[in-house]
Amino acid sequence: MRPSAARLLNILVPIKRAVDYAVKIRVNPQQTGIDLNVKHSMNPFDEIAVEEAVRLRERLKGAVASIKVVTIGPAKAAETLRTALAMGADSAVHVELPDSAPAPEPLGVAQALRALVRREAEREGGGVDLVIMGKQAIDDDAGQTGQMLAGLLGWGQATFASKLDVDAEGKSAVVMREIDGGSEEMSARLPLVVTTDLRLNEPRYASLPNIMKAKKKPIEKLTAADLGVDFTPRLETIKITEPPTRVGGGKVASVDELVAKLKEAGFTAV
Amino acid sequence: MLRRQLVRPLSPCARQPLCTSLRHNTFSTSTRRRLMGMTGFTETQLTVREAVTAVCSHFPNTYWQEHDQNQQDPTEFHAALAKDGWLGIALPEELGGSGLGISEATMMMQTIAESGAGMAGAQSIHGNVYATQPLARFGTQAQLHSTIPNIISGKWRVCFGVTEPNSGLDTLRLSTTAKKQPDGSYKVSGQKIWITCAQVARKMILLARTTPRDEVQNPSEGLSLFCIDLDRTQPGLDMRRIKKMGGCAVDANEVWFDNYPIPADTLIGAEGQGFKIILHGMNAERCLLAGEALGLGYAALGKAAEYARERIVFQRPIGQNQGVAHPLADAYMHLEAAKLATYHAARLYDASKTDTTIRQDAVGVAANSAKYLAAEAAFTACERAVLAHGGMGYSVEFDVERYFRECLVPRIAPVSREMILNYISEKVLELPRSY
Repeated sequence: MRPSAARLLNILVPIKRAVDYAVKIRVNPQQTGIDLNVKHSMNPFDEIAVEEAVRLRERLKGAVASIKVVTIGPAKAAETLRTALAMGADSAVHVELPDSAPAPEPLGVAQALRALVRREAEREGGGVDLVIMGKQAIDDDAGQTGQMLAGLLGWGQATFASKLDVDAEGKSAVVMREIDGGSEEMSARLPLVVTTDLRLNEPRYASLPNIMKAKKKPIEKLTAADLGVDFTPRLETIKITEPPTRVGGGKVASVDELVAKLKEAGFTAV
Repeated sequence: MLRRQLVRPLSPCARQPLCTSLRHNTFSTSTRRRLMGMTGFTETQLTVREAVTAVCSHFPNTYWQEHDQNQQDPTEFHAALAKDGWLGIALPEELGGSGLGISEATMMMQTIAESGAGMAGAQSIHGNVYATQPLARFGTQAQLHSTIPNIISGKWRVCFGVTEPNSGLDTLRLSTTAKKQPDGSYKVSGQKIWITCAQVARKMILLARTTPRDEVQNPSEGLSLFCIDLDRTQPGLDMRRIKKMGGCAVDANEVWFDNYPIPADTLIGAEGQGFKIILHGMNAERCLLAGEALGLGYAALGKAAEYARERIVFQRPIGQNQGVAHPLADAYMHLEAAKLATYHAARLYDASKTDTTIRQDAVGVAANSAKYLAAEAAFTACERAVLAHGGMGYSVEFDVERYFRECLVPRIAPVSREMILNYISEKVLELPRSY
């Protein structure tokens, strides 16, 4: 395989450790947050992002130089990095936060990622060409970080991607986006931030040999200070409560009664 | 196609069996209750559990119900685990395995059984894990390179040919012979029984007598181990499936050899040393079986607790009655205790490979105790799970009847409860041998 004359691509995939999608969320007794003493796993949208990076490498045959994953979180977030490494990423960065630290907000995360992208640019082998990340995390559902990162870097952005084609030599990408009422195709020059939607791919399971290989892959540890960012939240959470329990509906004996009830409630036929 | 379902006293959606078969990123919000306490496991064991659970989630209880009823081999399940490298969990890295220990393999087998695959799922896999251990340790380079990679990739499946109709626990009296021919090859004659997966296996790890019992000084000599092809087109090989109580997806067989020819290079290790070689894998097998029993027990108990929470009789959940709750709580404690014994034995087995202060009989005591305790705890959990379900426990659709039928296997195999009690009496308590 002859490598192309152009510089090879470097992909950065930011990932987040979140409460597992299958866990039933409960508000903690102090009503300050949710019970976090439950199973955590990689945010599913981020799994899709890691999968897409690995598939890009498979599709582009030798044009991808590196896939680096990064997470910002407590010590346990390293498990999530190992999962990504087992799926096929090459190396990882862990911006470690104390267990007691509040969860960083999208802007803080975007600033940290910008600092990381700039740091990578100074390295041999060239800077990041493509950031692929989940469109949102399933814990806070903010859905802002990708857009903020593109804004801070002055890069293009292609959000809610359902298909991604990258031309490594031409340094460009064609992205199919999911939008209201259909999909939109757009082309963009690299460097680029892509956020993934649910239908982009179906992530693979890590195979046992790859899990074993992942144990030997490097995880670089950094602190907020190393990146010169401040994760102090700008928002204050006052109180978190469960939604009110659903009140059961009434039963009606006939269609006429149903229609009457609907009219009573203010619904009218068009 | 919609499966016809029994009229359920519960809301069907809370226990929809197909939920688990959905893609893992469809954001289902069903709670996955895990009964087993997870403290004290290594990071690798937890990773194994997580990853194997993910593979097994594609094979819901309905898959196992159907394969059990139709006596159909779970070929897809074996292939799925092989594809992701799981069959090589305890095989050397240079042959394509992952070089992990029995501690991790036991966790894998427990996770498989616990997923709802039960003993059927476990039996479709475990021969490939433990029967290959003596081969990996004593085989020649040529034998290893021609077989192990094909076993790990799932291309070839393996069965273990030791048990005979007239020598079950009394292995040294086995009467299948391998007669050496002038050209160095052998001809095998005799009968084997309870050979799991023989119908689908390409290879058999065979123990046969190469020197008659009355011609050796010690009865443990004169047996030899072979890794042979099961070539059904050759004359002299016949097999018949045994109809059995549980684990019906996986075939168990009687196998007959009548002057079945095998080449000289199928011999593993030295001729006449087969028994010593095979002993090597037996403690490992006990650990795996203990793990499988635990998985089955936790699966049954999980189902029972769920049912007891949701089933309303006399305007309250049946689990509110202590007559229902206490037997389940008791079963839980037995499983947790057996879990500690099981992973202790597995840890000891692994450590004994490098730590010479750990004696082999200490490993034997731990592994046999673990198998005994786990099998009994699983039986208790499965029986009580059926009873907690009342009439529904008797229906196939609620799975606990299948677990109950299968939980007899670890009580009987690979060694009976009574023989373990004999072993502990003799080796630990230093009581005279009764047989």
